[in-house]
Amino acid sequence: MLRLEDLQIPNMEPINLTIAPGECVGLSGESGSGKTRLLRAIADMDEHGGQVYEDDVAQDQVKAHEWRRRVMLLPAESLWWFDVVDQHFSAHAGHIEALGFEPDVMSWNVSRCSRGEKQRLSILRMLANCPRVLLLDEPTANLDASNTARVEDMIRHYLEKHNAIAIWVGHDAEQLKRISQHQYHLSDGRFTRVQQA
Amino acid sequence: MKIEFIALTTPDLMLASLLVLALIGLGARMRLGVSRTLAIAALRTTVQLLLVGLILEAVFTQAELPWIVLIVLVMMTVAAWEILARQKRKLKGWWGFGVSAFSLFISSFFITLLALLIVIEADPWYTPQYAIPLLGMLLGNTMNGIALGMDRLVQTAWQQRSVIEQRLMLGQKDTEAIRDIARDSMRAGMIPIINAMATAGVVSLPGMMTGQILAGSPPVEAVKYQILIMFLVTAGTGFAVITVLQLITRRMFDSRERLRFDRLLREPR
Repeated sequence: MLRLEDLQIPNMEPINLTIAPGECVGLSGESGSGKTRLLRAIADMDEHGGQVYEDDVAQDQVKAHEWRRRVMLLPAESLWWFDVVDQHFSAHAGHIEALGFEPDVMSWNVSRCSRGEKQRLSILRMLANCPRVLLLDEPTANLDASNTARVEDMIRHYLEKHNAIAIWVGHDAEQLKRISQHQYHLSDGRFTRVQQA
Repeated sequence: MKIEFIALTTPDLMLASLLVLALIGLGARMRLGVSRTLAIAALRTTVQLLLVGLILEAVFTQAELPWIVLIVLVMMTVAAWEILARQKRKLKGWWGFGVSAFSLFISSFFITLLALLIVIEADPWYTPQYAIPLLGMLLGNTMNGIALGMDRLVQTAWQQRSVIEQRLMLGQKDTEAIRDIARDSMRAGMIPIINAMATAGVVSLPGMMTGQILAGSPPVEAVKYQILIMFLVTAGTGFAVITVLQLITRRMFDSRERLRFDRLLREPR
């Protein structure tokens, strides 16, 4: 379970939200509405007020890096700092083929990867750490339709298998309905539930 | 042992200054834009060194501790300011000066003290003829190491802040996320002294040793002092750079292992 209690971010009303295990929450909003800042606060990457609990463990009860290992943020633009893909993985990457890669992808040079390939690899890199909560900032923004479907399937399977939680930030309302059980919207500093038609 | 050397006269120095003047003139003619800086630097070196010569002569004859302490304080303050002046991005507030001064203090100062008390054993231990030049050698080199290492760390961390954040997001500790950059900075700070040791005597004759030989010391005696100085300088620079990297890294992240450039850096002018 993930629980936001009076989470305070500058220029935003305090946010209260509870997400049950295995659930995915969709979050939309115009650029600049604060979606990324919200994810960063949940991952404790920025200063903020209020409290976040993951399975009744409060954010400040554990060391920051331990928190981020449980509650992992996938930024919109993934970054790579070593030469070879494999060097960035802390554990064995599973299901390489499920995201449409050749088995030898781990030995590729990062410099030969396209933006879309890097985005899909960054999802593998995140999941290799086995986080309890996934904070996904536009995880399919650079992907074509078939790869988008692959990523959606992979995340869905991960949540089911590990009873994990995801917050999926995206612009595509159809996609958010497809992937998440509940949808929320951020605009003018207000965090509101999107009512199903 | 009789030490003899040829004292320089004022006309000797004026002859040498003619060379610099000629260079300034040529630079101005070719519009290379160095003449002004060169003239100021040449003037500074003359005035500063003459002044220091007079002060040292006075202190050497007096050899009183309070005066030596005062000189040491001035030297260390100026060195700390110089480090700060070399930084493109500085720590906010007094941190920049504090970090430089503290690391100079715990390296140069203590190593000089160690050398005076245990190695040289002059009587009294603070005999200025040994204390001041020794500290000067250490400060000069340590200062360079600190300035280079600090600048590299802060600059690279600033350029690669997104990478550092990405590594934090993947659950790495702050020290882990900045490890590669810290390693690079350590190398940058140590390269000058490592080069100096590796090429000493083969490519270049170190300045201090040259000076002693010119002043009439037997070469082997000069070499012994040079080796002593090299080791002291290496240890001093190494400990100073390590201290600086630790302090700045600690200041760059907060207790929640977040990058905090906001409270760290002043925008470069």
